[in-house]
Formats: sequence, structure tokens, C-alpha cells
Amino acid sequence: MSAVIEGKGGFRAWLNKRLPVDQFIADQLTGYYAPKNFNIWYFFGSLALLVFVMQIVTGIFVTMHFKPGETTAWNSVQYMVREVPYMWLIQPMHAVGASFFFIVVYLHMARALMYGSYKAPRELLWVIGMLIYLALMAEAFMGYVLPNGNMSYWGAQVIINLFGTIPGIGPGLVEWIRGDYGIGDATLTRFFSLHVVALPFIIALLVALHLVALRQVGSSNPDGIEIKAKLGPDGKPLDGIPFHPYYTLKDIVGVGLFLTLFAIVVFFMPTFFGLFMEAPNFEPANPVSTPEHIAPVWYFTPYYAILRAVPDQKMGALLMAISVAAFLFLPWLDRAQNKSIRYRGLVSKLLLGMFFITFLVLMWLGLKPAEGLYVMLARIFTALYFAFFILLPFVSKADGNGPVPERVTYHAH
Amino acid sequence: MLIKSASVATVLALVFSAGVVSANEGGHAAGWQRQADNEIANLPSLQRGARNFMAYCSGCHSLKFVRYARICEDLKIAPNQCEALLVRPGDKPIDYIKSSMPAADATEWFGKPPPDLSLVARSRGTDWVFNFLTTFYADPANQKTGVNNLQLPGTAMPHVLSSLQGVQNAVWRNVEQKAEGGQAIVAREFEKFEPGVTGSITSAQYDDFVRDTVNFLQYAGDPTQLQREGIGLWVILFLLLFSGIAYLLKKEYWKDVR
Repeated sequence: MSAVIEGKGGFRAWLNKRLPVDQFIADQLTGYYAPKNFNIWYFFGSLALLVFVMQIVTGIFVTMHFKPGETTAWNSVQYMVREVPYMWLIQPMHAVGASFFFIVVYLHMARALMYGSYKAPRELLWVIGMLIYLALMAEAFMGYVLPNGNMSYWGAQVIINLFGTIPGIGPGLVEWIRGDYGIGDATLTRFFSLHVVALPFIIALLVALHLVALRQVGSSNPDGIEIKAKLGPDGKPLDGIPFHPYYTLKDIVGVGLFLTLFAIVVFFMPTFFGLFMEAPNFEPANPVSTPEHIAPVWYFTPYYAILRAVPDQKMGALLMAISVAAFLFLPWLDRAQNKSIRYRGLVSKLLLGMFFITFLVLMWLGLKPAEGLYVMLARIFTALYFAFFILLPFVSKADGNGPVPERVTYHAH
Repeated sequence: MLIKSASVATVLALVFSAGVVSANEGGHAAGWQRQADNEIANLPSLQRGARNFMAYCSGCHSLKFVRYARICEDLKIAPNQCEALLVRPGDKPIDYIKSSMPAADATEWFGKPPPDLSLVARSRGTDWVFNFLTTFYADPANQKTGVNNLQLPGTAMPHVLSSLQGVQNAVWRNVEQKAEGGQAIVAREFEKFEPGVTGSITSAQYDDFVRDTVNFLQYAGDPTQLQREGIGLWVILFLLLFSGIAYLLKKEYWKDVR
């Protein structure tokens, strides 16, 4: 693509001789061809990147005023939102942003499940994405603990103690994570370091790898057929369009609508009915006063419900770990020829639909106290959760092989 | 496209409604519980609430994250009135509102220091505070304060507002319940309040008094709320306009895609 550089003088030529700016834009944006039939589900990748940048920027300002530590954290948050100009906006943006990050990431993952985006040749793209999800869970958990509210404290107790169930090294590991015999100053300062330095770096690196892998294999699409299989005389995919300007402009529409929803929550309902910010977290951490029932934030509750569904704590923790890790193996569990759910049989559709509903029901159950009917339901839906991963290899092999169209389905609008 | 949008909307609705349902179930709503029905935009109510707090609550409870001057600015109380009506003698307007009671004394008198109330409306909720302040009743069994409370049974707090509300009596009825072993036990269930010692204002006036105070506590828990919602409306209008223009631009470019 050296043609781009030729015939231009002045600063731009000077710059491009030293830094391949035009080359980069040509490779990554104007010369990168994406399928033209993306639907609404394809907004969530760029939106996840947007939220990540937003969390970094708001986080920079929160870090300026936040004082990590057992005695200082809580007061510094109250001080910043009440007395530092515009922190009443930036701090809730950061807190609510965490929930929106997970909303976007879950929808992004649901898209991959529906259209088989994880299937060859995109297995590694999916695995890197799952590693981002795991790093994000750690990042969100530590961020949740930092303000040292009462639910932060008790939630951290429950989650850190889970590591104690690992045979042999468990108890020592828990102490090593906390840096103390209980959650204290040492825990909060190390979580601060990890939350602000280590994990953002790791996530940024993984996001870069995710994008490099995406450029290598190209995006899949709702039909799950490869656009590179049908090239025009110019060597470009017939069903592909340059990412810029087409998808940059389309994604900006998504950004506008997403930010509108985000603003509605941040400005008018920042606690979101006690779901994005929980009522007990408006009280400082109190080791002698347990909240009425301890529940993690909504984005962890599906796994929390699985943990509590098992009477034995060790088994519960193990099952929970497997339930998260199971996603990593999807590219190999799914043995269908076709990628997209559009060209799979009814049983595949029902199985995936059941899994989505199961995930949401478990999310709801994790917010409930573990008693009576809720425990019974949690057990049933935990079984259904794992049934999806166990049945997928057989169902996908049996009814994922129907005919697929030659070209992507697209109606000009 | 439309079907897909609808399915995304359904997923979002499911995710969110799960939370709404759980958020409503803080505890089992008993028949005597009422809603505070305070209006955060009602400035005179907030001003009365601030006055009530300073007169009746601040002797024991602090608002340690709130400054007098901030209240007067937000609630549009003139500086001379602010000093005369709100600022405690010896304090400056810029000071935080600290309790005038030494913590050691408080612990000796009540068993524990009275909590700071800066965030009580957010941690407990406005309805909880409203019900707490309206459901004190005479209870001779409590030798320390002579009262008890429906919202927070066994509370260490005396009925500070009894000069206004008076002291009401609780009427209980006996209900038979099945214990775990299957044998019937008799439990006491609250039925209604009866007037006891009368106070200086009517019960409707007292409700208004508490409502104003709760309103002020909601303000104290989130002092930028009104400002935030004012700005938020413009932000949302801008974002909708932005999305609309972005959509038209996208549509223009996508005309080429066949």
C-alpha cells in the first residue's frame, strides 16, 4: 500500500517516512474488509472498547482523590463526591461503568454463542476474549472492595475465602491474598495497586491481542459463512465493506444510543434500584455488623448461585470454577459444521435458548437468599447450566449441518 | 433487524427486571409500613427539614460529611438566616455538622454512640427512616427509655420527638403459629396504634414534620441530586440529537452498500 504515501509532500510524507501512520490506517481501517450484514449484536465489541477507555479516564480522576486504606478509603470517596467539583459525576460514572462493562461484555459473548463466532478459525480470538473476561472479573471485584463499604467488606470475605477451599494450599493462599489474618489495610492497599496498575495493563494487552487476532481471521457474521471465500475481481471480498467509513459511522450511532442509556442511569438512577450500588455499601465496613444477606454484584451472581446450590462448600467452589472455565472450551465442544444458529436445527436453537434463560435465572437466584424454594431452583438451573455444555457436542454434531447460503443475507436499507 | 433489536431489548429487560424484583424485597412489607412520600424538589420542605434536624437530631447525631454553608447554598437559605437558624453557637458556617455529644458519654448513656446520619437515607432508605420516626410506642418493659419501635425493635434511641408526637400505645393480637416441631405456639402480632400521651401537634402535622426531616436527610445523603438531574436532562437531549445526526450520516454513506 505504498501508493498511499507516494505523491504527497510536506509534513505527512515526512511523518510517514518515520512512522507508518497512513499504512496503519489503510491496514486497520480503510483496507480492512468486514462483512456487510452485521446486525445490532455487532455493536457490543466497539462498545466494550468504549467502556474500557471510559473506565480508564474516569479512573484516573477517581485515583487522584481516592485514598486507599482501612481508615481513609470510605471518607475519601464521600469527600470527593461531595466537595471536589464534578466528582459527583465522575465517581458514579466509574461505579456505574463497571455494571455497563459487564452488560456489554455479556451481550458480546451472547452474540458469539448465537453465531458460532468462536468456531475455527476464531478459537484463539474467543480464548483471548475469555481471558479478558476473567481479568475483568478480577478488576471489577477489587474495584468493588476498594471503597470499603459494608457490602464491599462482606462480599470480599466470601469471595476471598473461596480460595481457602483449594486443597492443601487454600488457607495459606487466603492469607497471602489478604496480606493479613482478616481483610484490612494491607488488603486494600494491594487491591488498589492491582486495580489501578496491574490489571488495567493486563486487560489493555489482552484487548490489543484480541484485536490483532480479529484482524488476522476477520469478523464472522450472522450467517456464519466466510466472506473471504467469495472474492471479487479486485481481490476484495464481495460481501465485505471497508471498516472505515462504513462501520466507524455505524458504530458511532451505537455509541450515541449507548451513551444515552448510560446517561439516564448515571444522572437519574445511579444506584439502579440498589443493583449497581447496593444499599449496605452506603455504610462503612463494619466487621461486627453483617448485611441482611450478602450477595455479590449482579454480574457475579450466576456463579454465586451455582456455588450455593451445592451443599458441600468445596464442591460448590469447584463447580463454580468449572462453570466459568467451561466457556473456554466452547470452540471444541461445538462440533457443528455450520457456525450460525440460523442454519442449525430446532434442538440447537432450543438448547441455546435454554442456556440464555438459565444464565439469567441463575443471575436472579444469586441475588436471593439461599433458602427454601430458591435453593431448589438454583439446583435445577445449575443442572441445566451444565447440561448445555454436556449436550452441546452431541446436539451440534447431529443438527448443525444443514445447507447454508452462498452469499450473506443482506437487504439494502 | 427489528426482531434482533427486540431480542436485545428482551435480554436487557430480563436482566434489569431481575434486579428490580429483588430490590423491592428488602424485608417483608408489613401492613403498618408506610411510604415517606417526600419530594426532593420541594425547597420549603427541605428548609424545614434542615431546621428540624438542627433542633431535634443534631444534639446526638452528626452529619459529618455535610457543611452548614453547603446546606444554606443548596437550599437557598440567606447567609444571615443561615447563621441565625442553622449554625450551632460556637461553629462556623464552613464547619461540618458534628454531634454536640461526646462519644464516650453517648456510649455510657445509650450503650453505643448514635450513628452519623449523612447517608442513612441511602443505606436504610427514606421509607425506613420515616417508619422508624413514626412508630415509637410506649413499652414499660424497656426500663431505659420506656419506649420501643416497630421498625427497629429494641432500639437504643429514646423517643426524642415525644413532645411533638406524644407517646402512642401499640395494640397487639395473638396469632397461633406452628413451631418447627409441629406444636402450636402463640405469637404476638401488631394490630394498630392507639393514642396515649398526647403531643403538641396533631398526628397529620407530625407526619409532615417527619416527612420534611426525611426529605432533608435524603438531600444530605446525595446533595448533588437536584443539580445532577438538571444537567442530566440536557446531556440526554444532546446525546439523542447526536445519535440522530450520526444515524443520518451513516444512512447517507450506507446508500452505496447493495
